[in-house]
Amino acid sequence: MLKDLFKPKPKYVTIKRPEERGIQPGQPEKKELPDGLWVKCNNCRQIIYHKDLEGNLKVCPKCNYHFRLRARERIAYLFDADSVQESNPGLISKNPLGFPEYEEKIEKARKKTGLNEGVVTGVAKVQNIPCVFSVMDFGFMGGSMGSVVGEKISRAFEYAAKHNLPVVSVTAGGGGARMQEGIISLMQMAKTCQALNRLHEKKIFYLSILTDPTMGGVFASFASLGDIVIAEPGALIGFAGPRVIEQTIRQTLPAGFQRSEFLLEHGIIDMIVERKNLRETVARLLRFHQTEEVSREEVSADA
Amino acid sequence: MRNGNSYSMDFEKPLRELERQIKEIELFAKEKEIDMSEEIARLQAKEEALKKKIYSELTRWQKVQIARHPKRPTFLEFVEMIFTGFLELHGDRLFRDDPAMIGGLAYLDEIPVTVVGQQKGRDTKENIYRNFGMPHPEGYRKALRLMKQAAKFGRPIISLIDVVGAYPGIEAEERGQGEAVARSIMEMAALEPPIIAVLTGEGGSGGALGIGVGDRILMLEHAYYSVISPEGCASILWKNATAAPQAVEALRVTAKDLLELQVIDEIIPEPLGGAHHDPEKTAQAIKEALIRYLTPLLEYPAGRLLAERYEKYRKIGFFEEIEQPEGNI
Repeated sequence: MLKDLFKPKPKYVTIKRPEERGIQPGQPEKKELPDGLWVKCNNCRQIIYHKDLEGNLKVCPKCNYHFRLRARERIAYLFDADSVQESNPGLISKNPLGFPEYEEKIEKARKKTGLNEGVVTGVAKVQNIPCVFSVMDFGFMGGSMGSVVGEKISRAFEYAAKHNLPVVSVTAGGGGARMQEGIISLMQMAKTCQALNRLHEKKIFYLSILTDPTMGGVFASFASLGDIVIAEPGALIGFAGPRVIEQTIRQTLPAGFQRSEFLLEHGIIDMIVERKNLRETVARLLRFHQTEEVSREEVSADA
Repeated sequence: MRNGNSYSMDFEKPLRELERQIKEIELFAKEKEIDMSEEIARLQAKEEALKKKIYSELTRWQKVQIARHPKRPTFLEFVEMIFTGFLELHGDRLFRDDPAMIGGLAYLDEIPVTVVGQQKGRDTKENIYRNFGMPHPEGYRKALRLMKQAAKFGRPIISLIDVVGAYPGIEAEERGQGEAVARSIMEMAALEPPIIAVLTGEGGSGGALGIGVGDRILMLEHAYYSVISPEGCASILWKNATAAPQAVEALRVTAKDLLELQVIDEIIPEPLGGAHHDPEKTAQAIKEALIRYLTPLLEYPAGRLLAERYEKYRKIGFFEEIEQPEGNI
């Protein structure tokens, strides 16, 4: 009713404490974007209009902070529209160790991401250049690698080797090898690395793009072995987790430790590329490495 | 002398108690000059039976404790007992020589081989020098350099693994720990000579796998091999590192577990009470297994070894495939 409009408004709102909002004290707040009109930047803490952020490839227009992307978003940003063909979408994890609550975690991740597992693989084109791709989704159990992630990536490498196609890999694996599959996850590091050998043997170009975060067993296997390794700005990339290192050496870590810029400085990656330039850079590198055979031959639709 | 005397394993307490009783009676008998051999023999039999019982019913966590025992034979001790003429080679040619990772030339019986492995210290001083057996990137690069050298000269490679993990530190990250481990894993998969890896103590995740890709993977009875440290898993799952005993139950890290999961090829039995009770016997068991596995591999025609190695890792994984249309997204 009309008079309701003129009801006195409360003078202040109650903001719940972090614990009440389900956030553990001392833990960084969720980095994924909530579905709201406004978004607070994780880095500069400024308020951004959601549409502005979406229109800017989810990079903060104020401080250039690169928000984490879903696999589907990454694919949409990186590859030509209508060129993307997904392979092996129906691979589902089992619980080989009977690890407590693993099935529930997978089910939750499937609902959250709309994916069956933590990586999307297939063939696509970048500015009309065909490639095999694998894109990880941090939202799926922290982008960790279990049997299915290892299998899909191995299949992607094998497919690329067979069809003489370059590979573009985008990693976002904060968890590294997936704890819930124990030793089986660790072995996925060997499985993916040896499949990568097939690319090297056939002299096929492999581009690895590291995004926030790429850690542990993901970094210590196929992610760090690109012919060229690119990172997005400010991404956390490393072997051991910062907390493990702090506990081991009993020192506070220097600012910027294990960030892309740190890795560039120490010679571990080739370059840092901002998201707005990523597609162009990937196309340029693919074009540079294009072999005659592939450039002449279009990838068939049933690939 | 290693500081192993203070390392106590709870489950051995009843044994320690019996040992104490036997010693007391022996002393008493000697002092009073009475014959108590019957009583002593009875207790010794009881001790032996109890020992057998305890060691046949070890929990996963108890095995981890044995794998971590400070008196457990280290890489160099095993090398001395298993091989002859070991000649250590140093350095990664890039940065420095990592004392936590050792490699060199040796004979396994008559067969010239390259041996690599992590080296833990025997006491605090040596442990500091050896960085508690946790290699830096240069350790993995040294091992890979030596393994590639072995491949050049067609020598088989033997890797003895005992590592809590690749070192988590600032310098290790600066020098590319992830890349060093990854490259070693990738290149080992394609090295032409036979590779046999033996997990002798701790198998700490990427730090173990970094020298652990091979044609045959063997494991000592009480060794463990895990994707994450038991304490690390416990901190994540139960927010408490002291829940490590529960964590290893969930992670299934023992030799028996890994044989069931078809990640390893054989369990090498240890003497009663663990390898440290009889290092020589343990070493001979390892040697016997190495020769038994290596001999037929040396006869393989070119190509077969690498194809089978590829298949060995290619098939590891548990998943199902549901109907889901492939295609445009």
